[in-house]
Amino acid sequence: MADKLIGAKELGKELKEISVAEFFEKNRHLLGYDNNTKALLTVVKECVDNSIDACEEAGILPDVNVSVKQVGENRFLVKVEDNGPGIVEEKLPLAFGKLLYGSKFHRLRQARGTQGIGVSGAILYSQLTTGKPIKITSSTGKGIIELELMIDVIKNQPNIISSKKMKNPEKWHGIKIEMELEGRYIEKGQTVPEYLKETAIMNPYAKIVFNSPNGKITFSRATKEMPRLPKEIKPHPYGVELGILRRMAQMTKEKNIKKFLRKGFSRIGQTSVQQIFKLAKIDSNKKPMDLTHEDIVKLHKAMQTIKLVAPPTDCLSQLGEGLIEKGLKKEIDAEYFIAISRPPSVYRGRPFAVEVGLSYGGNLNPHTKAKLFRFANKVPLMYHKGDCALTKSVQGVDWRRYGLQQSSGYLPIGPLAILVHFISVWVPFTSEGKQAIASYPEIIKEVKLALQDAGRKLRIYISRRRKRHEIQMRQSLFEKYIPEVAIALSKVSDVPHEKIKKGLENLLKRGTKNEENEKEAGSEEGS
Amino acid sequence: MKKMKKRQEAKKDLKELGVKIVKDIDNEMNPSMDVPIRTLSNVFYDEKNKIIKLGNNTSKRYFFNVAHVRKFTQTAEVAALAKQLLDVNKHMSLREVYYAMRRTLPNSDIDIVDEQIESNKAVEDLELITSLLREQLHINANKLGTAAGRVVIKDKGDLIDWSKLGSGGWSIPSNVEDLEFKKVDAKFIIYMEKAAIWERLHEDKLWDKMKCAIIASQGQATRGIRRLLKRMNEELKLPVYVLTDFDPWGIYIYSVLKTGSISLAHISGRLAMPEAKFLGLSGDDIIKYDLKKHIIKFKERDIKRLKELSKYDWFKNKKDWKRQFKLMLDQRGKVELDALVSKGITFISDKYIPEKIENKDFID
Repeated sequence: MADKLIGAKELGKELKEISVAEFFEKNRHLLGYDNNTKALLTVVKECVDNSIDACEEAGILPDVNVSVKQVGENRFLVKVEDNGPGIVEEKLPLAFGKLLYGSKFHRLRQARGTQGIGVSGAILYSQLTTGKPIKITSSTGKGIIELELMIDVIKNQPNIISSKKMKNPEKWHGIKIEMELEGRYIEKGQTVPEYLKETAIMNPYAKIVFNSPNGKITFSRATKEMPRLPKEIKPHPYGVELGILRRMAQMTKEKNIKKFLRKGFSRIGQTSVQQIFKLAKIDSNKKPMDLTHEDIVKLHKAMQTIKLVAPPTDCLSQLGEGLIEKGLKKEIDAEYFIAISRPPSVYRGRPFAVEVGLSYGGNLNPHTKAKLFRFANKVPLMYHKGDCALTKSVQGVDWRRYGLQQSSGYLPIGPLAILVHFISVWVPFTSEGKQAIASYPEIIKEVKLALQDAGRKLRIYISRRRKRHEIQMRQSLFEKYIPEVAIALSKVSDVPHEKIKKGLENLLKRGTKNEENEKEAGSEEGS
Repeated sequence: MKKMKKRQEAKKDLKELGVKIVKDIDNEMNPSMDVPIRTLSNVFYDEKNKIIKLGNNTSKRYFFNVAHVRKFTQTAEVAALAKQLLDVNKHMSLREVYYAMRRTLPNSDIDIVDEQIESNKAVEDLELITSLLREQLHINANKLGTAAGRVVIKDKGDLIDWSKLGSGGWSIPSNVEDLEFKKVDAKFIIYMEKAAIWERLHEDKLWDKMKCAIIASQGQATRGIRRLLKRMNEELKLPVYVLTDFDPWGIYIYSVLKTGSISLAHISGRLAMPEAKFLGLSGDDIIKYDLKKHIIKFKERDIKRLKELSKYDWFKNKKDWKRQFKLMLDQRGKVELDALVSKGITFISDKYIPEKIENKDFID
């Protein structure tokens, strides 16, 4: 009997013990580790995103070195090194060795990652597939610290295997992370090189060097100009969900709900606070902690009902038309580039902005569907293309109006690469894998407007190019006929053919006096 | 001597065309040629002379025009070729002209001509532009006709008796301008659209029995044959009777011989024979000789052609032809000349033709 009875304490302990590992195991696919190819990409992606984010925050032009080396069948050693500010020794283990630990989770600001799973997830994956610790080297410019680290999945705590301090005569600063993992390296499709290329497009101020198993690729820096750092903002009442409101009420340090509302949210002033309490019929002096479920429902409803100014939009940092064009130009071999950066807009109380870029002609294949690069907060979205609001918006535009072919509801056909960048403090991903954006009508509308704007400019370019091409074709057509016709006319008229040839060549160059006859392309007669 | 002069004139006309174009170039104008338009819209039926004539509409053919440059070059090429032929006093067939023009423009994949139809058209265009006949340009068509009868001619110094040429008959050359008629015993000419019928009549010596000439081609008469018929009709005053199948295509062969064709409307005066008569096969013959069982059903395009034909100016007001077209439309099928053989091997020579000619049973 006794051995069948499991104490509640023990049961609880067991549940706790498996929590992080189990969460990870069960949600591998959601986090981007569902197969070996994708897992390798996700590891590189998490490290590189982190590196660029850190550099940007510190105002340093990013220099990122990525290396992927095959060390066995299905085994790879990934190294990512940046020139960021580094992390101080005390915080280093926690920053990497604890899941859901991070500076970004509790704040509302546009950034690449937000959940605090990113790099720790990668480390956990490495550990799960190889059983080996990972190596982190960091310096803030003073000494260099080198750690070997594993994550204690039971406690969700970093476990330092070894720690080494070194001198730093060259004043290096940054982070270098090395880990071994199970993966598969291919170069076609949604893989590491493609991800790095797209990252290079969207971050033209970054230099990325990739030592791939098949050789070195350098994505050079095209500009020293960096986008402005986004400001942190408080949530806007329209965008707050009931559960979040409740959590915020429980966590706030404010003494009464009046202060809680005014300090915790943007765009709530004296008047709006009174309107809210009037509507919700709640005592404004109540402690946030004491709010009942009914209170919160009423409060939430009132907050959604009253009229409020849209949230401030300086929390967004667009890349800008100039930088987008620079990014496209350096990575895509095309003839024509156009970028459109739309002013910010709001969906459900959340500010967002859309930027698009088009590359046309050149080496782009004119017979296939356009290439589409999707980005959210400067991070390339590699998977779930079909589910993404950005894809749907591109497909929803009538590209035939802009001189391209298109089967309605599909991507246009032509030598075209389309870039769509979605920027927001809170990106509505369809899943934790963060690969597709949810289809809010406001978002789709904004993307389409931006694309149409760019499309109109593209149309002008395409029609000019067509005209130019026609003129060239025409020139070369006559050039081919001139020698033959000169000989024939010379035989008929007994005038030397060199003279006739020269005369015709001059006319071709300078045009004839009755030029209108050249333009009518119609046939001369009905026969 | 006369021939010499004709040749010099043709050379002069061609040179004038070339000089005019060079002048355009010197004047910095887009070099052009004036091409009379050759479509139904620029063709009319001359009631008085009873032939099809070309209207006065011309179009400009420019060198510096994407849609014209190819034809312009082709026409210039033919002009150059004709000039050369006249210089050396040689002739070329249309097929040879095609080969002489066929080459690729340097540094391109453009051929000056792709098919013979293009060079043929260029020749016809040059005729229209210069008012010179193809024969005067020393370009010949393929020959495709045979003659027999009580006629003696002189061709290139040879005396030829059309009654003494065995079973093959005389093969009509493409250029008949220079033949001379030496002794003509024939009283009329029968032209037929089928070589097989010609062989029947020749074997039966119809031309001897009826004192006539028989001439055949395959289908539509070529220019050489039309010119020969025209000369015999005009110079020897011989009536021309036409034998064709009873279908729209046969009737049109008769129509071209009598009034001229749309594409050669510019030379109708030299080709058309307004006095030519239709001998058969008529709708009445089919009833009279009980040939209904030989009707071959019309296809859609035959009926379409029949309707077009009945609307031509030179047919639409003729009572007899209206009747024939109605008979044809009613029976919804054609009857071929060859069907007459069902009445007997030599029925056509012994009875059908002699009776018709004796009774003047023609349609005009």
